[in-house]
Amino acid sequence: MDMSFSPEDQAFRAEVRQFLRDRLPERLSEKVRLFQELGKAEIEEWHAVLNEKGWLAGNWPREFGGAGWTAIQRHIFEEESALAHAPRVLPFGIAMLGPVLQKFGSRQQQDRFLPRILNGQDWWCQGYSEPGSGSDLASVKTTAVRDGDHYVVNGQKTWTTLGQHANWIFCLVRTDPAAKAQEGISFLLIDLTSPGITVRPIVLLDGNPEVNEVFFDDVRVPAENLVGEENKGWTYAKYLLTHERTNIAGVGFATAGLAALKRIARGQVSGGRPLIQNPLFAAHVARVEIDLMAMATTNLRMLAQAAAGQVPGAESSMLKLKGTQIRQAINDLTRRAVGPWALAFPSEALEGANDALPPGPPEAAAATRAYLNNRKLSIYGGSNEIQRGIIAKSLLGL
Amino acid sequence: MDFGFTEEQTMLGDSLARMLERGADAAALFDLGAGAALIPEEAGGFGGGGADILVVFRTLGRAGAVTPLLDSVVLGAGILAAAGETDLAQAAAGGAARIAVALDEPGQRYDGVIRTTAADGRLTGEKSVVHGAEDATHLIVAATDGLYLVDAGAGGVTLRGYGLMDGGRAAELSLADAPARRIGDTALLDRPLAGAILALCSDALGVMERAVDLTTDYLRTRKQFGRPIGSFQAIQHRMADLLTEVEQARSAVWNLAGHLDGPDRDRHVAATKSLLGRVARQVAEETIQLHGGIGMTEEYELAPLARRLLAADARFGDSDHHLERFIAVSAA
Repeated sequence: MDMSFSPEDQAFRAEVRQFLRDRLPERLSEKVRLFQELGKAEIEEWHAVLNEKGWLAGNWPREFGGAGWTAIQRHIFEEESALAHAPRVLPFGIAMLGPVLQKFGSRQQQDRFLPRILNGQDWWCQGYSEPGSGSDLASVKTTAVRDGDHYVVNGQKTWTTLGQHANWIFCLVRTDPAAKAQEGISFLLIDLTSPGITVRPIVLLDGNPEVNEVFFDDVRVPAENLVGEENKGWTYAKYLLTHERTNIAGVGFATAGLAALKRIARGQVSGGRPLIQNPLFAAHVARVEIDLMAMATTNLRMLAQAAAGQVPGAESSMLKLKGTQIRQAINDLTRRAVGPWALAFPSEALEGANDALPPGPPEAAAATRAYLNNRKLSIYGGSNEIQRGIIAKSLLGL
Repeated sequence: MDFGFTEEQTMLGDSLARMLERGADAAALFDLGAGAALIPEEAGGFGGGGADILVVFRTLGRAGAVTPLLDSVVLGAGILAAAGETDLAQAAAGGAARIAVALDEPGQRYDGVIRTTAADGRLTGEKSVVHGAEDATHLIVAATDGLYLVDAGAGGVTLRGYGLMDGGRAAELSLADAPARRIGDTALLDRPLAGAILALCSDALGVMERAVDLTTDYLRTRKQFGRPIGSFQAIQHRMADLLTEVEQARSAVWNLAGHLDGPDRDRHVAATKSLLGRVARQVAEETIQLHGGIGMTEEYELAPLARRLLAADARFGDSDHHLERFIAVSAA
């Protein structure tokens, strides 16, 4: 038993840390730290910095222009990035679509789309959920009907994260309405500038239009944009969902969040002393820190297993469950740490233009937004109830 | 990074498990070398590291074995080895001597307040819940000015023994001018006590794993309303939460085993014992509930497991005690 990272991994961590010190603009990290929304240009700026270094697609093999990192290297990069408050690499092109195209896409699709993901020419979004298809994803109703060398797409997708910035969407569409739920689905790549597409923002309870509805009205999609075989889309969708699991626990986010929570709690006063010394509050913080110490080790154990070629089973569901519980607990404590300052809620989306500075420490307004926004953690990526079902099924087989 | 065990550790765990299945007694465990595996080479053993302790005690917990290995060897021989009492340490690790360690005093909970005093090589005081005291050949007693070795048969030593929740036995110990020899400072306790806490947590992990196995079998076979009760979502989600917490407990035990001889030992002792104590209670309560009525009966295998889990929380400081310790250590 040896809990330390190998010398190679430690050297890699030092290299990542140095790179972030040299190349991450404080302009961006301050916004990330304060949970302020990054604009499209800012996200693209950071992607370009990473791409120049060859680090944008850590999970892709080198033959496709990726960094070809091991699972542990990816973990180290994600952890260091979170600790440095770097913008996160958007998952839609890099983590989700890329591996699907590499595994199931045609050579033409790989040559056409993969370089454009890396160089930022395309911004992808995910067309999975529909108003009637959340956890029960196989019930998607958006249809694609073959018409010559095109598909004609009709229907609606929703919860499309950052779809307002995207020019492409990968969609699950129903191509065989007669087939059993999972068997009539196809995986289709759709140009969002096509006629018949409407993208409408949805303002969330944190005041931000982070997600969108996407409507398809007789949208004509070239048949060459079908990934793999018709009616086999469910297989590709499942591959996508299970492929990128290294960061499912969000250890880096939680570690950075806990450090911020402690910093804030040292600066707030309660009963004449720093809040962090209030025994009740300190106990809440300690409890979540102890949970995080254990969860981080579970995460590393799973990575070590993956590195040894074992396929993770219910463990990744446990990591999702515990990881999101920990992050939500940290968000909750951070919001409560700022006390009445948490009441301030300046929101452009809800109030119109508002340049009044919120009261209290700069973290205060961020704390409320982060808490509200991260309620999503236990809902998306397979809700925590779905994860519990997976865990129980793998054990009980019932 | 390596979360696994050496070949020797794995083999020891496997042979231990097989012996326990055949109903081996303490003497057989000592003959196998289970005691020597728990103390370092310089004290005549061949192990004593975090992973050694983890392997042995997780196996004991899974098997539900009640042994003197924690008290007489990890704690007793560990203190003796640290004090340079190598011969007695080796005798304890080999099973020839039995050591009981008397630290806590009545009414002091987990605060470690010591009032037992030494004068002219004689000890006077009261010690509470001294594990394995009745079987001991020697007692290690904490007094106000350090640690003392007492012959268990010496004059002035009185024991009132009783059974424990985990199947072992302990005693209230009275010392009235009992002859004793000082063996060192109480600081000698740090590493052996941390090792004993790891042993207890590893044991509890093994017990949890066994309780989860039992519960899994039960949920798959017990039928109500014409279906296995494990097919009901209310049951499934409780079980999933429980498994997730046991996974946390497993990682916490690994954390302490991996840092037992590192600079962050105290922080990991507090974190692991706090988490283990909380999850141990939860596993005891939830596995009883998931079984229903049968889980309440003494006849069924779960009862001793549940009690052993509760005992693990109640010993060496419970989850709240170690949460406070964690806060204190983190602030330091």
